[in-house]
Amino acid sequence: MALSQQSGILQQGASEERGENARMASFVGAVAVADLVKSTLGPKGMDKILQSMGRGQEVTITNDGATILKSIYVDNPAAKVLVDISKVQDDEVGDGTTSVVVFAGELLREAELLVNQKVHPMTIIAGYREACDCARSVLELISFNNRSDPALFRADLLNIAKTTLSSKILTVDKEHFANLAVDAILRLKGSGNLEAIHIIKKTGGTLQESFLDEGFILDKKIGVGQPKRIEDARILVANTPMDTDKIKIYGARVRVDSMAKVADIEAAEKEKMREKVRKIIDHGINCFINRQLIYNLPEEMFADAGVMAIEHADFDGIERLALVLGGEIVSTFDNPDTVKLGHCKLIEEIMIGEDRLIHFSGVALGEACTIVLRGASTHILDEAERSLHDALCVLKETVSDARVVFGGGWPEIRMAKAVEELASRTPGKKALAMEAFARALRALPATICDNAGLDSAEIVANLKAAHGAEADSRMGVDVVRGEAGDMAELGIYESFRVRQQVLLSGTEAAEIILRVDDIIKCAPRKRG
Amino acid sequence: MSLAFDEYGRPFIILREQERKSRVKGIEAVKASIMAAKTVARTLRSSLGPKGMDKMLQSPDGDVTITNDGATILEMMEVENQIGKLMVELSKSQDHEIGDGTTGVVVLAGALLEHAESLLDMGMHPLRIAEGYEMACKVATENLDNIKTRFEFSREDIEPLVKTCMTTLSSKVVGRLKRPMAEICVKAVLAVADLERRDVNLDLIKVEGKVGGKMEDTRLVEGIVIDKEFSHPQMPKDLRDVKVAILTCPFEPPKPKTKHKVDIDTVEKFEALREAERTYFTDMVQRCKDSGAQLVICQWGFDDEANHLLMHQNLPAVRWVGGVEIELLAMATGARIVPRFQELTADKLGFAGSVKELGFGTTKDKMLVIEGCPNLKAVTIFVRGGNRMVLDEIKRSLHDAICVARNLVRDNAIVYGGGAAEISCALAVEEAADKVTGVEHYAMRAFSDALQAVPLALAENSGLPPIESLTAVKKRQLEESNPYLGIDCNDTGTNDMREQNVFETVIGKKQQLFLATQVCKMILKIDDVIKPSDFE
Repeated sequence: MALSQQSGILQQGASEERGENARMASFVGAVAVADLVKSTLGPKGMDKILQSMGRGQEVTITNDGATILKSIYVDNPAAKVLVDISKVQDDEVGDGTTSVVVFAGELLREAELLVNQKVHPMTIIAGYREACDCARSVLELISFNNRSDPALFRADLLNIAKTTLSSKILTVDKEHFANLAVDAILRLKGSGNLEAIHIIKKTGGTLQESFLDEGFILDKKIGVGQPKRIEDARILVANTPMDTDKIKIYGARVRVDSMAKVADIEAAEKEKMREKVRKIIDHGINCFINRQLIYNLPEEMFADAGVMAIEHADFDGIERLALVLGGEIVSTFDNPDTVKLGHCKLIEEIMIGEDRLIHFSGVALGEACTIVLRGASTHILDEAERSLHDALCVLKETVSDARVVFGGGWPEIRMAKAVEELASRTPGKKALAMEAFARALRALPATICDNAGLDSAEIVANLKAAHGAEADSRMGVDVVRGEAGDMAELGIYESFRVRQQVLLSGTEAAEIILRVDDIIKCAPRKRG
Repeated sequence: MSLAFDEYGRPFIILREQERKSRVKGIEAVKASIMAAKTVARTLRSSLGPKGMDKMLQSPDGDVTITNDGATILEMMEVENQIGKLMVELSKSQDHEIGDGTTGVVVLAGALLEHAESLLDMGMHPLRIAEGYEMACKVATENLDNIKTRFEFSREDIEPLVKTCMTTLSSKVVGRLKRPMAEICVKAVLAVADLERRDVNLDLIKVEGKVGGKMEDTRLVEGIVIDKEFSHPQMPKDLRDVKVAILTCPFEPPKPKTKHKVDIDTVEKFEALREAERTYFTDMVQRCKDSGAQLVICQWGFDDEANHLLMHQNLPAVRWVGGVEIELLAMATGARIVPRFQELTADKLGFAGSVKELGFGTTKDKMLVIEGCPNLKAVTIFVRGGNRMVLDEIKRSLHDAICVARNLVRDNAIVYGGGAAEISCALAVEEAADKVTGVEHYAMRAFSDALQAVPLALAENSGLPPIESLTAVKKRQLEESNPYLGIDCNDTGTNDMREQNVFETVIGKKQQLFLATQVCKMILKIDDVIKPSDFE
């Protein structure tokens, strides 16, 4: 560091850290981030308040690891790696965002001890890699699959949803929400398209009042004086200007020399719009949904014809509607015969809290559904949405890969045991790294205990003993009673994919950080 | 301050030496330069070889890059010192020429300069040292020609190539997936390679990436990938055997470039214009349909109405395709680029075997994959990775592997890696040095010592005792006169690089020696550094 600055190799304000210093800096940064989110892990994890720097100083309360890490500003490069890893975890499987960071942090903490004992980082990495492979094969071995039996599979899904939700704000009503989430996912019939699940948040009421709706709910209003309820609706989904519909060709503009002519042209313009509306009505529809604005004139005409007109559905909404209703998005109206119309059994206006929404039921595509969340404040709703999103993601993963493992630190204890056995057979310094890997794995259940205010050393030791005594023991951390308990009886299940991803991403992140022996920071860009 | 005296004995100043101007002269200047170059080389030294460590680089905007690719590190370090910049250029030119060995060349140059420094202390003239280095370099490259062997492969038997790429990839982030990745690289290179002329046009291999997904999802597309989607969400997403029309005119009302205005003053004109506008759209779409096109690719935007008409006519279309991609597509599909609807005819259409829209995970990004084009051998490697950092590193690793494969296609003469070639050259130079009298003798010996810095660094990075391992290998090379012995970085238990499949191309190695010697010579020749100080 001193050298390069003296001879002016780098720019002013840039810095370089080498060897031990660099490694120390990245360990410190990464471990600090891991410790930051550590206390949110597990069913008794605590929440964090995040206050934004921007105007309004908005407040978010969450215990979702990815959300916390996304919102904090970190300057340490190694810490950024961990933030990235948790984002990846969020994108990939949607849950386990905290676990992966805590696990990577533990691996680095152990690595630091080894480096101090003069073990070369590359040797540690080699050991970690082998340990990771071993752990993964154990994880595959101990997972089980109930896809063949729908009833059992559903029970698995419910248990997984409950486990995921138990660490979130929804924990009080987890039974309710687990059912909600499982119903929603099973409607997708394995397509895994979370887009079709629409979440609407409305303040007021209690979380308990949240519900799953089998139809589609659009947060828009029906035009004035138009029918509020239509049965057997034939729907035209359009994207066309319904305000003035000006002439776009040849840079045309109106230039007249008398009032009378203005009136004429205005009449012609109106006539044009009338004709357009007539054409639209000629499609034999009784509901018209447009992406763009609908002015009063056409709105009135639709009202006269008894057609429900909904304006200003945003682009997303239009695409989703077209998908759900099975119609095409139309922009010209000259050939009514070839246009595919959308259908649904019933359109009606419903009230949720104080807001009026439009409800489409009996739609062609059975996959779509809407979850309406109710809650006392926007903070609660936001957190509820995040939790529900996590649960949905995990369920989606489980539907595509039906393998399931127990939760409560059970897989970690099993993996740690296998890795330790491997270490005892391995010659050389690599074995030290493997033992460290096993310790890092056990740190996860220990953290769950610590967060619940339990004696982690005691419980983890008991678990270890239980697993040592019986090869296929099902003991894990029972947070409620504060002791080792049978995970199958408690119904604590987790998705295999999530656990696997935690293992792989965590090891990968630790490896990336361990491999660094030099940190070069460029001079920050001058802001003018 | 440089002073001179004119014929009347009055002093005048040749170079005004202000307070703010810094100047170093003579041996001091050479030493300062060497110092700077050494610092840069030392940063890279620990990244050499399969067990090399990574560097974490934070850009001015706070983004983090983690890599052990020499060229990338130097580029992102934003070196300010002029001599330091020379080293950056050095690794860049190695990157452009060969694409591999970017770290090695800098380490070698650093070692050469380091040894030159001690010779300078002995009172040798910098230029004599440079000359000695030149002579030594010649001996070394001749030795490379003597020890080189041929590497055999063919289009059918790609296994050796795959193995080579795997060696390159094993030290990188993608180490976990080296086998599939290596296969992708080799297939990509062979797809565009001209084996008769021994030429590979790397421009035909595009490496595209998209954040998200897993590394495992990386795949080779035998065609073109464009970052666009069909203009209407309800158009078919998967087309087979389509005729492609490529247009550079918008599906919009015409906007003549000359100044114009159309005045509407009567109702009739209003009606007429309305009619004209409607027919214009129908006409445009009809022309495309009539020409027999089944897919329209357009450089410009679509009007909503035109868009719907296209959909209605069952004519999938893509809008806002960039100029470069339009050209590439035109080349690949054999279509002519048509600037006006009137000129669209059946013989100007191109052909594509399959056009598919790919969606990615929960994010709503979409891309078009166009495969089975008749004319061009262009391939795209489509990389997926968890985040931008990983993605960029995968791209760099793949680039390295592709370069290795390309070099082997170009010239299959190889020498063995792991420092084996360097040790052999060092021995040859040492031997040659003994036959030379004069100052160059010392310079050549220094060159030989500098060559050994590479295996030394390799051993050090791999956690082996550097001096013991180097001398052991050197002794064995001398005794057995076997130039395939190198440092056993991967801890496989053998020093024979043939068994480990670790080798480098002769051109790459030669390039390293030439470039390092040249830069060294250039730096040694500098004896005066004048630079204005920064603005206050």
